Amino acid sequence: MSSKKSNIPQINASSQADIAFTVLIFFLVVSTMDVDTGLVRVLPPMPDPNVKQEEIKVKERNLLLVFVNSSGNIMVGNKQMDLRQLKDKAKEFILNPYDDPNLPEKEVKEIEMPDGSKWAYPISQGVISLQNTRDTDYEVYIRVQNELTRAFNEVRDEVSKMKFGKKFADLEKEQSSVITKAIPLKISEAEPRNMAKK
Amino acid sequence: MAVMKKKGDREVPAMSTTSLPDVVYIILFFFMLSTSMRDQELLVHYKVPEATEVQKLEKKSLVSYIHIGQPVLAMQEKFGTAPRIQLNDSYKTTKDILDFVAGERDQLSEVDRALMTICLKADGKTKMGIITDVKQELRRANALKISYASSKTLGY
Repeated sequence: MSSKKSNIPQINASSQADIAFTVLIFFLVVSTMDVDTGLVRVLPPMPDPNVKQEEIKVKERNLLLVFVNSSGNIMVGNKQMDLRQLKDKAKEFILNPYDDPNLPEKEVKEIEMPDGSKWAYPISQGVISLQNTRDTDYEVYIRVQNELTRAFNEVRDEVSKMKFGKKFADLEKEQSSVITKAIPLKISEAEPRNMAKK
Repeated sequence: MAVMKKKGDREVPAMSTTSLPDVVYIILFFFMLSTSMRDQELLVHYKVPEATEVQKLEKKSLVSYIHIGQPVLAMQEKFGTAPRIQLNDSYKTTKDILDFVAGERDQLSEVDRALMTICLKADGKTKMGIITDVKQELRRANALKISYASSKTLGY
């Protein structure tokens, strides 16, 4: 046994940077940075083919028809409209602030609040029906969807500011579900019309 | 008056690079945490439309993608330029969506199945006909939560 300790030579660490760089570049190549964003919708379930469907009758005042044709023109109700006007029109339709008989009915319903109390809110019965042709551009369709979503979001913001003093996006989960119940996102995406002319 | 120094009079000492690996490792970990793996090779080319009211897709594991758009340049010779649907790693037709959704659903645990979201990544210039066909198939497959992928803008 030698009393002298053998000297272990230091490992050369200068190549560690190269190794780290290699791993870093590998990750840069195989991974993606983008966060997926999009307009979230819930499709209506497919009707059961065995059960005969009854036509659901919606009163005319409760329906706002938004029709987008192939050249990107928008028809709301029976009038042609610019995309910029659509949001305000939709907001007016959802809210019906002056209880206009031509705008949707409201049904007062009690919504359970997170603290256990009840809140009576007149829920609009209106449905926005979005129709398009088969050769409408997807981009235009999304723009219209976006405007309608914006209308709903603004209405939700207003109501939640009135009720909770906060914006809809800043609400707690229970509170936002109350607002969602009060103002449901009622956009019906109907099957397209065939507008092909022979 | 400033005194001009002779060149080579005093040498700059070599910079220590011992902390360079640490720096690189920090960048590496940042990238590992902030990115997600690219899971499939794109066979279609698309540019999603822009919107302001977009929502983030929360859990990536619950999301399945349907890509719609023109085939990529390398594939155009074989498949033409008409918009195509890409499911997983190949071109499919609307008929295959039923199987695709069933397959994706099987991969999820039973609790998560109701939360499955289909993300439609379609090119802005696609016609609605193909999108509607896809939507009808999704309804048939009972995959009702969908997201129209669009990039966030601040208005126009």
